[in-house]
Amino acid sequence: MNGLPIAEARFDFEAALAEHGLSLPRRAWTTLQLNVTRLCNQACVHCHVDASPKRTEHMSREVLERCLELLAGVPSLELLDVTGGAPELYLHFRELVERARGLGKRVMVRHNLSVTLDGNPQTGEAMDWLPEFFAEQGLEVVSSLPYYEEYFTDKQRGKGVFDKSLAALRRLNEVGYGQGAGLELTLVYNPAGSFLPGDQASLERDFKRALFERHGLRFDRLFTITNMPIARFRRDLERRGHYERYMGKLAGAFNPAAAANVMCRDLISVDHDGRVFDCDFNQMLDLPCQGDPTVFDLSAELLADLPIRFASHCFGCTAGGGSSCGGATA
Amino acid sequence: MHYFESGDLGRFSEVGKFRKELWDKFSAYYEEVVGTEGALTKREKALIALAVAHTRQCPYCIDAYTTSCLERGASPEQMTEAIHVAAAMDAGITLVHGVQMHKHLDELGA
Repeated sequence: MNGLPIAEARFDFEAALAEHGLSLPRRAWTTLQLNVTRLCNQACVHCHVDASPKRTEHMSREVLERCLELLAGVPSLELLDVTGGAPELYLHFRELVERARGLGKRVMVRHNLSVTLDGNPQTGEAMDWLPEFFAEQGLEVVSSLPYYEEYFTDKQRGKGVFDKSLAALRRLNEVGYGQGAGLELTLVYNPAGSFLPGDQASLERDFKRALFERHGLRFDRLFTITNMPIARFRRDLERRGHYERYMGKLAGAFNPAAAANVMCRDLISVDHDGRVFDCDFNQMLDLPCQGDPTVFDLSAELLADLPIRFASHCFGCTAGGGSSCGGATA
Repeated sequence: MHYFESGDLGRFSEVGKFRKELWDKFSAYYEEVVGTEGALTKREKALIALAVAHTRQCPYCIDAYTTSCLERGASPEQMTEAIHVAAAMDAGITLVHGVQMHKHLDELGA
């Protein structure tokens, strides 16, 4: 652990795995997650991507073509997970989605809700066509809503975001999302501070009851996600002198059952430049897959031999009920 | 340096250094009562504990149950209502003793 800051050395994820007799080899590669742009209409306090209206990174045409080639050519790949930033602001978003659906793959979009109302912060382009487009393409929509009340939501995502989120959810409900008719709408809860998420099933019941009784809104399921101690959230923890305490909390809540199902065992994350990572968090830490391959080097065979790269932030995925882009893991 | 250090809560189990069997019984009872779902949810129990922590003014418990309430999905509004219940009970308990004052006033013919 030489050369690592004290906190990183103290929170040794691989030592925790060894202590619990766990080894986490890759499983079949099922999910291709593309971070297509860092541009976002929001600048949330806990965004691990540091996305904002000022960012300009977009995935190039060449990388896009290669990702579609992989999607078509790797039989185990079932799901294209499109994220950002606000991925809908990506220059080739429509084309990417339409072609992936044309390949018969499931497509999940990480949709922040408010972009439908805010539009593109750089070009002013209206984005109110999104709900109809999502429905027409049969996309799985996964949307962050930190809480079913205004206070926590606006505290984390900015003033007025809660009301916009409700308006956007209404639009999604109107085109058929969350109605049990095949268009799946998932909401994502993450804590509004340095604490762990509550029980996923219990929070889902609360969200469903509150959103329906107070606002007449429906959704299908809730994912709970732990705040990752990286990027903007880490800087916030450090500014408040809480980084070590939060890491201690995550490490102290290490759950072997959650560790066994970490998402990096089935997923590969690709950045806008085509670099390849074991997860979106490693991408933000510039911790590429071993050997720093790009999508042009990538194949299922290459991946099978690459060990997953872990670091101290991985305790965020294994604490309590676990956390992943698909919610709790234990 | 203060008399109550927030890190001291992590040393709570040191109380079991002597007569460990008593500590073990307390720990098992505490976990069974507070840490499990029963007729009350874990969130309801955490809100009650938060209210009691305030009336007993235990700094450790206030820290612990503020976090616990959040981690069980409570909102700051629910937590604030819980401590208002505690405060209202405290006020009521103070005022209801006014009956004793009135009885004694009567006895004194005042």
